[in-house]
Amino acid sequence: MLSSMVISLFLILAKIIVVLTVLMTTVAYAVWLERKVVARIQSRWGPYLVGPHGLLQPVADGLKIFFKEDFVPSEVDRVVFWLAPFLAFSLALLSISVIPFGESITIAGEVIQFQITDLNVGLLFILAVTSLGVYGVALAGWGSNSKYPLLGGLRSSAQMISYELSLGLGLMGVVMLTGSLSLREIVEGQRGLWNIIRQPVGFLIYFTAAVAETNRVPFDLPEGESELVGGFHTEYSSLKFAMFFMAEYANIVTVSCLATLMFFGGWLGPVFGPPLLRALLPVFWFCLKVFCFLFVYIWIRGTLPRFRYDQLMAFGWKFLLPVGLLNVLATGLFLALRSS
Amino acid sequence: MVPLFYIFAVVAILAGLSVVLQRTPVYSALSLIVVLCALAVVYLLLGAEFLAVVQVIVYAGAIMVLFVLVIMLLNAHREEPTDRSRLARILGAPLLIVFLGEVLYAIWRQFPPEQTAAAPAAGAGPRAIGELLFRNYVLPFEVTSILILVAVLGAVVLAKKQI
Repeated sequence: MLSSMVISLFLILAKIIVVLTVLMTTVAYAVWLERKVVARIQSRWGPYLVGPHGLLQPVADGLKIFFKEDFVPSEVDRVVFWLAPFLAFSLALLSISVIPFGESITIAGEVIQFQITDLNVGLLFILAVTSLGVYGVALAGWGSNSKYPLLGGLRSSAQMISYELSLGLGLMGVVMLTGSLSLREIVEGQRGLWNIIRQPVGFLIYFTAAVAETNRVPFDLPEGESELVGGFHTEYSSLKFAMFFMAEYANIVTVSCLATLMFFGGWLGPVFGPPLLRALLPVFWFCLKVFCFLFVYIWIRGTLPRFRYDQLMAFGWKFLLPVGLLNVLATGLFLALRSS
Repeated sequence: MVPLFYIFAVVAILAGLSVVLQRTPVYSALSLIVVLCALAVVYLLLGAEFLAVVQVIVYAGAIMVLFVLVIMLLNAHREEPTDRSRLARILGAPLLIVFLGEVLYAIWRQFPPEQTAAAPAAGAGPRAIGELLFRNYVLPFEVTSILILVAVLGAVVLAKKQI
């Protein structure tokens, strides 16, 4: 009894360590990938000097930012100024805890799920954490007590409130089709047909809103450097700046995971070969799909210019939200007609 | 489970006091967020995962963001201490005692101390709540939505100089 509890506790700890290590490595190399791909788009080489093809650049960057002076301006609100980066970073890490990476496997009678915890309202949990994520940015803007960060923080709160609605509405169609809020069940429901075929409009709404929620180009107004110096993180330096940076990329990874799970069948894919390969192939398919989304993110950044603020608001409220509502209505009608 | 409940109950009460006592509006708003999240944890302990998550999404994630946004827009750093109204000073304490007594009485009548109430875990899922809302309580639900719609229209009319 006691030993089985110790084993399950050990298993949970091991899972948390593995998932966090993989996430942080992905974050570090997503930055490298972004610099490489954007460089390719702009006919440059990108990082090339540290390691082969600049592969050790993330390590060098990490070391450099760790030894930088942590400068705190004298007029900041100290509590909020410290709280904001920690909040942003920890919330960004929190949502990965309910993401399932693959089917469960059984080793020596012990069922191991490729997931830290299987919550039956996992999808809503991610949406809740996302909705709290705005505080990191908003508080950073306010706590800095400086005009450009304040403007950035204001913009981002308005933007994230506006696009959160569309984000939820885009996912709602899938939830209605599956009849469950558990991410595992949503993936299992796509065994015959991926949801992208059944909910193409929902996917487009979700992906657009997700780009806006993560403050990425073309919705990166909170940190529009040509007008706001650096936006909400202007006054931050060293490790606290790095926390915002890592939080942004961790959020990108999370929304990519969610898009994969909700619309592209999660870990589903051709499975063959010996037992070990069978166990690991679903995880491979999942990672491959998430990687494709990361690439699309970077591709968008290298391609599109930034929106103007009024365009952003008009697009969110007058186009994305009505289309999302119509999509939910159409899905509901379809389901009602099918069941009658 | 019980020690967890006491921890988060204490957190909620302390944060609630902090909402009232803080002089800086942003700190009050942040304390209120802590209260709401602690309540969400209490819901979670009762087995109402859906309610807990919705509590965070709606209150902490949407309504409080608007509060913080407004505080930031006004850029209010410290509250000016005003000479409080005489009426409030005289009526405050008696009213507080009356309301507190009322709440305590209601709780006392609902849950007598010798009888511990079991947590109603089963009927708190999304499906059960949806069926309750759209079957048993559909009229109050729709009336509430109309009330909110009227409030939104009122806000637009008041804020816009010309429509």
